[in-house]
Amino acid sequence: MIAAHGLTKVFRDRRRGELRAVDDVSFTVAPGRIYGLLGANGAGKTTTLRLLATLLRPTAGTAEVAGRDINLDPAGVRARVGFLATSTALYGRLTARETLEYFGRLHGLAPDVLRTRIDLLAGELEMHEFLDRRCDRFSTGMKQKTSIARTLVHDPAVMIFDEPTLGLDVMAARAVVRFVRACRDRGKTVIYSTHVMSEVEKLCDVIGIIHGGRLRDEGSLADLRARHGETDLEEIFVRVVGGEPAPPPLLPPR
Amino acid sequence: MNAAHVWIIYRKELRDALRDRRTLISSIVVPTLLMPLLLFGVGRLMQRAVAEAREEVPTVAVLGGEGAPALLARLSGDARVRLVPVPADWREAIAAKRLRAVLEVPARLEERLRAGEASPAVRIFHYQGELKSENGARVTERIVAEHRERVVTERLAARGLGPEAVRPFEVRRENVAPPEKVGGNLFGGLVPYFIILLCFTGAIYPAMDITAGEKERGTMETLLCSPVARLDLVLGKFLLVLTGSLASMFFVVASMAGSALLGGALFLGSSGAAAAGALPPGAAAAGMGSLPTIDPLGLAGVFAMVLPVAVLFSAVALTVSLFAKSYKEAQSYLGPLIVVVLVPGMIAALPGTELTARTALIPLLNLSLVCKEMLSGSWPWGYIALIFGSSSLYAAGALALAVRMFNREDVLFRS
Repeated sequence: MIAAHGLTKVFRDRRRGELRAVDDVSFTVAPGRIYGLLGANGAGKTTTLRLLATLLRPTAGTAEVAGRDINLDPAGVRARVGFLATSTALYGRLTARETLEYFGRLHGLAPDVLRTRIDLLAGELEMHEFLDRRCDRFSTGMKQKTSIARTLVHDPAVMIFDEPTLGLDVMAARAVVRFVRACRDRGKTVIYSTHVMSEVEKLCDVIGIIHGGRLRDEGSLADLRARHGETDLEEIFVRVVGGEPAPPPLLPPR
Repeated sequence: MNAAHVWIIYRKELRDALRDRRTLISSIVVPTLLMPLLLFGVGRLMQRAVAEAREEVPTVAVLGGEGAPALLARLSGDARVRLVPVPADWREAIAAKRLRAVLEVPARLEERLRAGEASPAVRIFHYQGELKSENGARVTERIVAEHRERVVTERLAARGLGPEAVRPFEVRRENVAPPEKVGGNLFGGLVPYFIILLCFTGAIYPAMDITAGEKERGTMETLLCSPVARLDLVLGKFLLVLTGSLASMFFVVASMAGSALLGGALFLGSSGAAAAGALPPGAAAAGMGSLPTIDPLGLAGVFAMVLPVAVLFSAVALTVSLFAKSYKEAQSYLGPLIVVVLVPGMIAALPGTELTARTALIPLLNLSLVCKEMLSGSWPWGYIALIFGSSSLYAAGALALAVRMFNREDVLFRS
């Protein structure tokens, strides 16, 4: 379960001044559901997810993640969350097994439990072949599998995905989407950020459209379609964020 | 603080570092090879150049020798120099290293000496700072001095006096300081200098790799998602940097001791003493005994005093490199710091810089000064306590700063 209440994050920058990256955002995600956070680059998706994963502290508001408050018990939240982003890379000089052992130990798993867990994950993700090879020699697909196994090693109740398919080829991206769906099927609470409309349509039970740090609209795909009288999600998105900026003239005016 | 988390992080960082070529080179290879390279490479080359210069029979020309046939005969009969005719451009010949030295004898020298005229000057022209020319001048001067002594002896004999009339007693100097004191004075400035340098360079590579390097490779965020508190994270990483720093220091001291032992045996036991001709043959055999040595107790003291400094360096390197976005940026911050770190050591080596209550509070300078004392066997306990205390305080401050830095979002997610 995730319940965000008025989450706000203000960055102070000497050059740009105050920047409200996330502004009074509230939403709820139930277990066994996928919440899609849809927004353009710089809309506030990553900051929202980093707040939920307690990598950043909110300026105002709070959230409850897997029964823990992000302000009061950040370590407790991290112990119950699996976080996967394009920015969460692997240690190149460790093998896949050493990586999983490292994060498993940090999560306090006992050695025998950890061994069984790694065995199980390696089987499910078909990793046995490269489990004892160093990560810096992996293909993108192998890296992706290892990263997924890393987020699952402690069997978290909540999964946070920040644009996990960014930069992946079609096959690797499909594998990730399949994996996200599997998480939902196991009853995990899933939040998924992206700017790819088709992924949202295929995956998400509830869609939140974020723009300029604010949550502009929210609902299931059917809800959004009914509310805006439009079937194409891209059109709905553009309408919600207040239309496209006027295109530049093709020819300079005379 | 969760000690188990700190330990897990430290062990992982250690394993990671042992697989990183750059860290291994800076923490183990460079400190181990530095001293032998300096001593056996540069030292040996210098020694060979000196020996070569001394072995050479220098070419010497004499200007105005016709007025001093006895001196000329003595010079031409001496195997230590080779007399050559004076070239027209003798000054250029010396500068161009074609001729080592020129001896200028005043006109009618011997005639004037016999007449008892006041001492006319004999001049030797040479190339200052050029080893072989200096050697030529030195040998020529010695032969001329021997000739002068002969003249004196003859004059004394004519008056019925022995040589003791002008040399009633001899003057001799003898060292009474034990070898470790001599060594302390000799190495006292050098040892802390190397230790401080290696202590710092040993810290910076691991520090850069596990902070800025992690940010650059994108593993920092992965680590921050784990349930580890930032304090444990800093401590685990800090311990690794400290390990790098201490390992560096250990290897440089071990290789220094090894080189000194080996080098001493080599230099004094064989070519060195023999070529220099400074020691009688017996002294070469007993060479080890008269070698300046390093007091092991003093060295242990140096290690103890360096400990808080290693902590300080590790914390500073960690803080500075965490601030950087990339490995390259971290290098550009920490590179110039190497020079800054060496300045107090240089000041300590200046004559007249003494250990006082004030200098005892200046970081690094205090360490260099107290190391010199301890290595020469004196233990100023009051200052030692003051220096250890103040260094520990600085170290604690730097570590607290590192922890604060790890809690700053704008630093961790700086982009």
